[in-house]
Amino acid sequence: MEKILEVKQIEKYYGNKGNITKAIDNISFTVESGEFVGIMGASGSGKTTLLNCISTIDRVTAGNIYINNQDITKLKGNKLNQFRREELGFIFQDFNLLDTLTCYENIALALTIQKVNPKEIKKRVEEIADKLGIKEILKKYPYQISGGQKQRIASSRAIITNPKLVLADEPTGALDSKSARQLLENFEYLNKTLGATILMVTHDAFTASYASRILFIKDGKIFNELKRGSNTRKEFFSKIIEVVTLLGGELNDVI
Amino acid sequence: MMSFKLAFKSMKKNMKDYVIYFLTLVLGVAIFYIFNSMDSQQAMMKMSESKQQIMDLMTQVLGGVSVFISFVLGFLIVYANNFLIKRRKKEFGLYMLLGMGKGKISKILLLETLLVGIFSLAIGLVIGIFASQLMSILVSKMFEADMSNYQFIFSQDALIKTLVYFAIIYLCVMVINVFATSKYKLIDLITAKNKNEKIKIKSPIISVIIFILSIGILGSAYYLAITKITQADILPIFLAIGLGCIGTFLFFYSLSGFMLKIIQTRKKIYQKDLNMFVLRQIDSKINTTVFSMSVICVLLFLTICIFSSAMSINNTLTTQLKTYTPIDATFNKRVNIAEGEKKPYTGTYSKQEAENAKISIKDSLQQAGIDVNQDFSEAITTYVYTTDTLKQIDSFKPIEAKIKKDYSAVDLTSKEPIMKLSEYNKIAPLYGNEPLTLKDNEFVVICNYDEIKNLRNEALQKGLTIEINGKTYVPKKLECQNAFYSISAQPMEAGTYILPDDALPEEGKTLEYLHVNYQGTTPQEKAKIEQKIANLSDRNGAANEITLSNLSAYTRTSIYDASKGLAATVTFIGLYLGIVFLISSSAILALKELSESSDNKERYKILRKIGADEKMINKALFKQIGIFYLIPLSLAVVHSIFGIKVCSIILAMFGKQDLVTSIAITAGFIVLIYGAYFLATYYGSKAIIKEE
Ligand SMILES: Nc1ncnc2c1ncn2[C@@H]1O[C@H](COP(=O)(O)OP(=O)(O)O)[C@@H](O)[C@H]1O
Ligand SMILES: [Mg+2]
Repeated sequence: MEKILEVKQIEKYYGNKGNITKAIDNISFTVESGEFVGIMGASGSGKTTLLNCISTIDRVTAGNIYINNQDITKLKGNKLNQFRREELGFIFQDFNLLDTLTCYENIALALTIQKVNPKEIKKRVEEIADKLGIKEILKKYPYQISGGQKQRIASSRAIITNPKLVLADEPTGALDSKSARQLLENFEYLNKTLGATILMVTHDAFTASYASRILFIKDGKIFNELKRGSNTRKEFFSKIIEVVTLLGGELNDVI
Repeated sequence: MMSFKLAFKSMKKNMKDYVIYFLTLVLGVAIFYIFNSMDSQQAMMKMSESKQQIMDLMTQVLGGVSVFISFVLGFLIVYANNFLIKRRKKEFGLYMLLGMGKGKISKILLLETLLVGIFSLAIGLVIGIFASQLMSILVSKMFEADMSNYQFIFSQDALIKTLVYFAIIYLCVMVINVFATSKYKLIDLITAKNKNEKIKIKSPIISVIIFILSIGILGSAYYLAITKITQADILPIFLAIGLGCIGTFLFFYSLSGFMLKIIQTRKKIYQKDLNMFVLRQIDSKINTTVFSMSVICVLLFLTICIFSSAMSINNTLTTQLKTYTPIDATFNKRVNIAEGEKKPYTGTYSKQEAENAKISIKDSLQQAGIDVNQDFSEAITTYVYTTDTLKQIDSFKPIEAKIKKDYSAVDLTSKEPIMKLSEYNKIAPLYGNEPLTLKDNEFVVICNYDEIKNLRNEALQKGLTIEINGKTYVPKKLECQNAFYSISAQPMEAGTYILPDDALPEEGKTLEYLHVNYQGTTPQEKAKIEQKIANLSDRNGAANEITLSNLSAYTRTSIYDASKGLAATVTFIGLYLGIVFLISSSAILALKELSESSDNKERYKILRKIGADEKMINKALFKQIGIFYLIPLSLAVVHSIFGIKVCSIILAMFGKQDLVTSIAITAGFIVLIYGAYFLATYYGSKAIIKEE
C-alpha cells in the first residue's frame, strides 16, 4: 500500500513564554492510500489542532508532515495554497457553504478555483451529485436545505477535485442522528467505491465506528490505536466504547 | 473617568469602522470652513470697488448655500452614525449582559460621539485653514486680483460658524444615540447579528421584464429631455427628472437579476476563478441596497451636472469676454421721444425726458463733466432706426406658424432695429466686424445670438423679403452676418438690419450710439477715465449702467468685473455643492460596503479554507467593490450625457459652452474623491477580511 500521509514527531505549542499550551506533544503516525482513519479524543485534546496542521491551515512548532512524500511543513506562499487546493479536500463541522451561492455553485467553486475548463465543470458536478443523491437540491440555496444535505454538499465540494486526502473535522457534529448516519454512509461510499482516503476527527463513538482504524488522543499524545479488521461495525463500536471508558468516559459529552 | 477610558478604548477598537465616518466628518468640516472663509480672502487682495461688491455678494450667496449644505451634511452624519450604532449592537448587548445599565451605555456612546466630534472638528479645521490658503490662489485668479502682499489668512467668522453648525449636528447625533439606546432590549442586542437575513431571490424573468421596462422609461426620459426642453419652455424637465428617478430605481431593482442571468449564460466568464462568487456578492448587495443605489446615482448625476455646468459657465464667461469687449465703452440713449410715449416695460415718458432726448450723448457727457475731446481717443456716433413697417413678425413671416407655436412668450410686435450701411461700416473696424457692400434693394441681418440666429436663418432661407416705405428689399445673403455694435460679456446681438443709407427717413431714429476708446496708454490713465464714467452711475446705483436721461453706458471694465464675479460665484457654488454631493454619495456607498464586512469576512474565510489563495481573494474583493462603485457611477454618467445637454440648452444665454474642458475637470474631481473613498473601502475591507 502507498503511504499518503506521514506525520513525524510533530509538536504544536500555543502562547508565548510563561504561558505555553502544548496542544500536540510528539505525535507520529501514517495513513495509507484508501484508508478511512478516525481520530478520537476529548474536548481540548488537540484533535482540531492536529487536523489544522495536516491541512496546512496551521503550522507545526516541530516535526514534519509528508503528504504524498512531500514535506508540507516546508511549503510556503503560493506553493502552499496550490498544494492545499489540489491535494486536499475539507469537510467542516459548520459546513462552510457560501450563503449567497446555490448548492451547484458551491460545489463548482472548488473547480473554478482550480481553473478547470468550464465545459467540464457541469459534467463533474452532476456526476458527484448523482453519487451522493443531491441532484434535486443543486438549484437551491444553502438556507433552503437541511443540515444533512448541507454536509453532503460540502462533502461533494471536498471530493470533486479528486484530492489525495480528505480531512473532516467533526462532520456529524451539527447533524441529527439520521442525517449523521446518511452522511457516514456517503463517506463509506466515497472511501470504498471511489477510493478516497479520509482522515476524520470526531468525539462521537458511533461516528468513529465507520472508520477502518482509530487513533485515540489525550493531552496532545496518541493514547491508543484500534483497527476494525474483520469486525462488523457493531463489534467495532463496542470496542470503541471500551477504550472510551478506559479513557475516562467523558468523551461522549457533547462538545 | 472609567467611561471615558472605555469610550476611548472602544473607539480605538472600532477604528476600522470609524475610518470612513471620520474621513467624512473631517472633509465636511474642512469644506464648510473653506467656503465660509471667502470674506477673509478679500483682505489680502487689492481689487477694485466693484469687484469687492461682487465678492461680498458671492460671500453672501455662499453663506446661504451653506445652510442647505449643513442640512445635507447633517443628514449624512446622522445616517453614518446610525450605521455604526447598528453594527455595534452585539457589543452593547455584551455590556448589558455583564450588568452595565443602559444609562452607562448611553454615557459611553455620548462620550464617544463627543470625542469623535472634537477630533474631527479639530483636524477638519486645521485642514480647512491650510486648504483655504490654496483656495486664495484660485480666488485671486478668478477675480484677477493682485496677490503680491500675501499673508496667512484665517477667518474667525468661518471658524465660529463651523463650530456652531457642527456642534448642532453632533448634538442631534447625541440625542438620537441616547434615544436609540433607551429603546434597546437585551434579547434584540444579543441576537442582532444572528438574525440570518434570508436572501431575497427575484424571479429572473420578472427581473428581465422590469429591466427592459426601466430602460424604456429611462429612454423616454432622455428623449423628453433632449427634444422637448427649450429655453422658452423648460417645464418638461420636471417630467424628465421624475421619469428618470423612477427609471433609475427600477433599473437597480432589476439590474442584478438581469446581469446575473446574462453572465450566467457565458460560462467562460461566470465559471472563471471566483467570478461566480463575486457576482453573487454584488447581486445580493445590490438587491439589499436598491434605494441607496438610486440615491447615490442621482447624487452623482447632480454632481456631474453641477460641476460641469459651473465650469463651463466660468469658461465661457471668461473666454468670450475678450472677443465681445473690443473697445473701452459703448453708450446708447433713446432719441426722438414724444411726451407720453410708452416706455418699454411700464409707464410713459415725461416731458423732461422728451426734452432730454434731444441732447446728444456727447453733449450729455460734456455736461456731466467728461471732456469728450480730451478723455476719448476715439468717439464715433451711430444711430439705430426703427419703422412701423418692420416688426419682428415681419422678420419671421416665412416661419410664422412655428414661431407662434414654440415661442408664444415672445412679443412679435416690437420693432426691429435697423442701421445705415455707412454707419455700420464706419464702426466695423472697432468691433472687428466684416465691412459690407449693398445694392440699393439689398439688406443684411447681423446677429450673433445662436438660438435666434438659427430662426432668422431659417426665415431667410424660406424667402424672407422686407418692405420699407413701399420699397421691397431682398437679402444679400441667406444667412445672418456675425456682427455686433455694443460691447457685452457674451454674444447678445439678437438681430439688426443693415440697409442702404437712403432707405431710412431721419424721423425713424430711435437710439443713438457712441462708441469710444479712452485716451491714454497706461492702465492707470484709462482707469481715471473709467472712474469718471463710473461716477455718473452712482446717482442711480446701477453697477454697469448709467442713466442720464435714458443714457446707458457699458464699459469694458464693468463688464469684466461683473462677468468675472458671476463666473467666480457660479464656480464656487458649483464646487461647493458638487464636492458635498460627491462626498455624500461616496460615503453612503462606503458605509454600505463596510457594513457587510463581517459577513464578508466569514465568506472570504470559507474561500480561503477551500483553497483560494490571497491573490485570488484580493482580486475578487477588488472586483466586488470596484463593480459596486462603478455601477451607480456608470448610470449617472449616462444620465449626465443628457443632463449636460439640457443644462447647455438652458444656459445658452451664456454663449457657446466649452464642454470638453469642464467635463475633464469634473472627471478629475470625481476620480479624486470617489476614488479616494473607493480605495479607503477596499483597503478597509481587505484589513477586515484578513484579520484572524
Ligand atoms: N489558537 C489557539 N491559541 C491558543 N491555544 C489554543 C488555540 N487553539 C487551540 N488551543 C488550545 O490547544 C488545545 C487543543 O485544542 P483543539 O485542538 O481545539 O482541541 P479539540 O479540537 O480536540 O477540542 C486546547 O487546550 C486549546 O485551548
Ligand atoms: Mg475541535
